[in-house]
Amino acid sequence: MDTEKPRKAPASSQARRQFLFDSARMACGVSLLGLGVGLYARNATALPPAALRPPGALPEPEFSAACIRCGMCVRDCPYHMLHLAKPEDPMPTGTPYFVARQAPCEMCEDIPCVKACPTSALDHSLKDITKAKMGLAVLVDQETCLNFLGLRCDICYRVCPVLDKAITLAPQSNTRTGAHTLFIPVVHSEHCTGCGLCEKACPTAIAAIKVLPIYVAKGQLSAHYRLGWVEKEKAGGSLVTPDVEHRYHTPEGLKYDHRSGKVVPDMPPSSDAAPPAPALKALQGNKL
Amino acid sequence: MNAPPNRIGAEAIAAKGWLAAHKWLFLRRISQIGILLLFLVGPWFGWWIVKGNLNFSYTLNLLPLTDPYLLAQMLVAGKTPEQLAWIGVAIVVVFYFLVGGRSYCSWVCPVNLVSDLASWLRTRLGLKGGAHLSRSARYWILGMTLVVAAVTGTIAWEMVNPVSMLHRGLFFGVGFAWAVVLAVFLFELFVMRQGWCGRLCPVGAFYSLIGKLSLLRIRLPQREACNDCMDCFAVCPEPQVIRPALKGVDGAGPAILAANCTNCGRCIDVCSKDVFVFGTRFGDKVEKISPSAKRIAPAA
Ligand code: SF4
Ligand code: SF4
Ligand code: SF4
Ligand code: SF4
Repeated sequence: MDTEKPRKAPASSQARRQFLFDSARMACGVSLLGLGVGLYARNATALPPAALRPPGALPEPEFSAACIRCGMCVRDCPYHMLHLAKPEDPMPTGTPYFVARQAPCEMCEDIPCVKACPTSALDHSLKDITKAKMGLAVLVDQETCLNFLGLRCDICYRVCPVLDKAITLAPQSNTRTGAHTLFIPVVHSEHCTGCGLCEKACPTAIAAIKVLPIYVAKGQLSAHYRLGWVEKEKAGGSLVTPDVEHRYHTPEGLKYDHRSGKVVPDMPPSSDAAPPAPALKALQGNKL
Repeated sequence: MNAPPNRIGAEAIAAKGWLAAHKWLFLRRISQIGILLLFLVGPWFGWWIVKGNLNFSYTLNLLPLTDPYLLAQMLVAGKTPEQLAWIGVAIVVVFYFLVGGRSYCSWVCPVNLVSDLASWLRTRLGLKGGAHLSRSARYWILGMTLVVAAVTGTIAWEMVNPVSMLHRGLFFGVGFAWAVVLAVFLFELFVMRQGWCGRLCPVGAFYSLIGKLSLLRIRLPQREACNDCMDCFAVCPEPQVIRPALKGVDGAGPAILAANCTNCGRCIDVCSKDVFVFGTRFGDKVEKISPSAKRIAPAA
């Protein structure tokens, strides 16, 4: 078929057979090519763990459906920390990413990258950068984190733009010295944006805290799990019939004290002048 | 001048002068290189006249341009663009509907420079023949890329598309895109003239569909003056489009209406008889003999 007009039905059966044969051959060849492209595309949609998407990015592989590889986000980022993937990079060619340890997202308040995106690849309903979820910081190495070693590095805690929310320091006793406190950096996923400033700032040779893609970093409770204390708060009170308080058969004027495990005089706290009941003396000091 | 000059276009150079015989080629190179420079002065000097690349670009924060083929793949993959990209695609479609879809190929696309270089070298080295592949293959590939986008839910062709790889690579870092472009070059040089641009490339195929009814066309008002030197056929990247208009096959012409004419204007340059000019698809009608009438006629 050397003219580009679709061929009219050929007249002779010989020509028709040739036409069908040619078409079938073409269809086979192109299908094979399509299979190759499709499989390659399928395999390449999983991002390597160090590559993070700009703020508001759709999850993979949806991102690869929406992003038209234009690089507008790269151009409008004032910190020049986004790159477009090259053909040899292990992710969809031409899509934007950043590597936190090299250059993290500075969390611009006006989010120029999202504004520049001409597609739905970067979610335009993201107006508050602290709601971004580019990844999740994880303190991956407790053996090299300086705070875990008992030093007061605190750098990740202090550089975090969502200060004191995304990372908090949890005191823990230092069993090595027996006298000091460890300040353990704890990341809270509801506040961490995955900007990567902590990973970039971590002073160890290889960062002890790293931002990972959410699907790698985050676990999930089974769907049927309920947290009792959360449910109780939601319901505004206990959801099960409260236990009836156990009654002890104690002599009059005495009661069983749960805290001390002893039988004590049962009297209002103010009436300390009242004389001890006669039966008390006999029972004093004995556990029931 | 009895012995026919054997260099393509030598007759035209003799008749019109070197400059006139390369006019459209020059204008085209200015357009191609100019567009590349517009994109390059941003990353080079920080003069942001144009941002983005051929997939989507934004000129002076005023003019959005969106590649309709990319948009089509995105839509079948199940995603939608923002308003700016819709405006951009409307502008591009209207523009190429007017000037001919495949003008994109010869006036804008950076791979054309590679393809033209391969063609030129092929002629210079006297390389002939090569593999055979139908010129309709590109439409099959175009269809395939849309199917793959729908099935995988990703714009899969962008992973391998040499056109955007080259263009993007020039402004965002080439990486191994050079190898892909080199492959296209070698393929066109040794395996098949116009093997990529004229047979495989789905981008060109898509633009040819946009320009199927386009206004700007090569016209052949002087076709009676043709002396059958065949230079236009030798220089044209889609030589099959010329014959119907030049020879009036099935009453065609005198305008080249085939969607795959790239409006490059090389035929105008190399014709010593000035057979070709740029014009519109409308104009002096020639009497139309319907193909069916012609086929029946001898039998009757
Ligand atoms: S929020 Fe700012 S620093 Fe972060 S990717 Fe967007 S433009 Fe760049
Ligand atoms: S601006 Fe949007 S469509 Fe363009 S490369 Fe960035 S994410 Fe992709
Ligand atoms: S990535 Fe690190 S610095 Fe950024 S918000 Fe999360 S904890 Fe804070
Ligand atoms: S017919 Fe002329 S303008 Fe059209 S592609 Fe061929 S040489 Fe170029």
